[in-house]
Amino acid sequence: MSTPPQETPRAAAPRRGPLRRLRQASRTERREWLFAGCLLLPALTMLALFVAYPFARGIWLSGLDSTLGREGDYVGLRNYVKLWYDSIFRRTAQNTFVYTAIATLLKLALGMAVALMLNMLVSFKRLLRASLLLPWIIPTVLSTLAWKWMFDPTFSILNWIVFHLGFVNARVDWLGGPVAAMVSVVLVNVWRGMPFFAITLLAGLQTISPDIQEAAAIDGANAWQRFWRVTWPLLMPVTMVVMLFSVIQTFADFQLVYILTGGGPANSTHLFATYAYQIGIQTGKLGEGAAASLAMFPFLFLVVIFQLWYIRRGEVR
Amino acid sequence: MSGQRARQTAGIPRRTFLKAAAGTAALTGIPGILAAGQAPAYAKGTKLHYLMQLHFVPATDKVFMDQAAEFGKQMGVEIQVERIGQNDVPTRAAAAVEMKSGPDLIQIQNNFPHLLADGAVDVGDIAEAIGKAQGGYYDLPKANAFSAGRWVAVPHDVLSWAWNYRESWLREVGYEKFPDTWEGFREMGKKLKAKGRPVGCAFGHSTNDPNNYCYALTWGFGGYEVEKDGKTVVLDKKGTLEALTLNTAMWKEAMDEGGLSWDDASNNRAFLSGSISVTGNSPSIYPVARDKFPDVYQDMNHAPMPKGPAGRFYQLPTVSVMVMKHCKEPKLAKEFIRYFMAKERYEKWFETADTFAIPPTKIWYDHPVWVKDRKNVVFRDVIKDARWPGYAGPASRKASEAMAKYILVDMYAKAIQGASPAEALKWAAGELRKIYGA
Repeated sequence: MSTPPQETPRAAAPRRGPLRRLRQASRTERREWLFAGCLLLPALTMLALFVAYPFARGIWLSGLDSTLGREGDYVGLRNYVKLWYDSIFRRTAQNTFVYTAIATLLKLALGMAVALMLNMLVSFKRLLRASLLLPWIIPTVLSTLAWKWMFDPTFSILNWIVFHLGFVNARVDWLGGPVAAMVSVVLVNVWRGMPFFAITLLAGLQTISPDIQEAAAIDGANAWQRFWRVTWPLLMPVTMVVMLFSVIQTFADFQLVYILTGGGPANSTHLFATYAYQIGIQTGKLGEGAAASLAMFPFLFLVVIFQLWYIRRGEVR
Repeated sequence: MSGQRARQTAGIPRRTFLKAAAGTAALTGIPGILAAGQAPAYAKGTKLHYLMQLHFVPATDKVFMDQAAEFGKQMGVEIQVERIGQNDVPTRAAAAVEMKSGPDLIQIQNNFPHLLADGAVDVGDIAEAIGKAQGGYYDLPKANAFSAGRWVAVPHDVLSWAWNYRESWLREVGYEKFPDTWEGFREMGKKLKAKGRPVGCAFGHSTNDPNNYCYALTWGFGGYEVEKDGKTVVLDKKGTLEALTLNTAMWKEAMDEGGLSWDDASNNRAFLSGSISVTGNSPSIYPVARDKFPDVYQDMNHAPMPKGPAGRFYQLPTVSVMVMKHCKEPKLAKEFIRYFMAKERYEKWFETADTFAIPPTKIWYDHPVWVKDRKNVVFRDVIKDARWPGYAGPASRKASEAMAKYILVDMYAKAIQGASPAEALKWAAGELRKIYGA
């Protein structure tokens, strides 16, 4: 039996460094690269000015004993060591992890549920999708002030409702206790951030062909099995991206806690950002404030690396 | 324009205005200029940017802005007065110091001048002149404006404070007079709370009310943060534990238990709505009641802080004015301060404030505004018993840090939330040692 002719394998092209590629590039290719560079330049400039420079300055500042109006002397890691032994900072770190973990998981769960429901809708799609986005697009300060009124110990509309519905027979102090205050700030964060999850996951759901769902249904999968075995894996790349953004934003949250509690009562809702503000601006210790705000960086960096690796792994498969 | 016309303004010769502006102060600035026979000359387009907080008595802002406009008109310069929320002023001030640009003059509360001292011009010439002309300063406003041997701000006023209470509700539980001791206060509070009208105190992270109460209570029992050396922390060695124990008991027995989340406005609202019967506050509740809540207005009165074993003390917010180093016209800025702090103009502002503000100098003690309404007389004397955060040490950056971190307020809050008073005190003393030992 004859075998099909086999092609002689070509030798792999040698890898060329960027300078070599530039030297060997045609005029057209060079023009394209130049054009791409020009298009990227504004964004890179903005990143350099408003992200890279402040970040580098923050790192430098965290190594100084700088105070307002005084550059200060280099003190190495002393500010970080001081924070390590600071009980308020340790409480702040704990608060931030708890706040981020619970809020992100709740936003994911609720966002997914809302996305699935919206995906099944037949009528009023546009109206409901637009309404859904309202918490996210209203300026955070404005909506948080409204929530502060709703949580007010004397005038809370929430208390009025739950009292008249018979769920409670005494006032709920939404922002008064350490646990209650943390629950309340998580609630407001979830209310504000859930639409972002819902809309993004909805977009992901709409890229999944209905044929796959039908095939699974024909094979006897129930609703939960279709979700867990078909929808969830296919949505994973989108989910990881939205989780990445949400974790970063939630971890670095400031305005919500600042307005609702100021980090109280007794530091039970302080986050890295609010504590950094308290140290840097309200006590004037810029070096220590910079160190407190940079404390979030290692964790966020690891989160970003992990999630990008996970997404990349999914693409390679 | 000729030199003669340049010295004229509409209706008032500039020379006359400058003489009037000197007031009773022994001055070197404007009289010196007058002696030279020339009015101060500023380039066309000269501006001064004055940053201040929105006042709790809005009418005072109008008086001030009118005075600023008049000064600007007479001097041929523009005075831009910017008013923002009180909690936003420290942030703006910090940004101005770091950026070396922004407002030329900043009006700021408490001991913030100590934190911003490196960005402030020495205003000793103005401050000393005003103090000398107006009977000398009280200790508290001077302490908050005087840092590392120099005047970094000119004291403007001190926010007064007293217990606001409902007379008829106290009578119902057997009190014709407000108690003058803490034990009496506790008993009164118990009876009021039993009737659904508790005492309201704030223990949240808010600039004034929580600090006003917590510092004053601690001092009343003999507790204080540091010794005179400004380094040795003694919070846990003096009477603080007694104050903590009392307050923890009063929380359940006498107080509105929403106080842990209150900010500076919550107690005002609660009092005016009739949810609480007693609260400590500056005189901002009374004028609002007068305008909008006549029943409350007729029934309310004011009382001083009860006396503790160590005495009666107050922690009062001070307001001071700083001239920033980046100001291009520091002399003009100082003249502006001299202008609005001059007796005749300050008096108009003070009368409009209607006992909300205590002048920083002693000349105003016998002013008729204090006795215009018998219910406001108590506000006059609180300044005599006022101390600064960081007592018994000097007012300092470290004291500012302790206050900004709400160490004392959180000490009381922790005890309320379930920690034993001893544990809460140990935590607070430990935090103070980190601050003062650094």
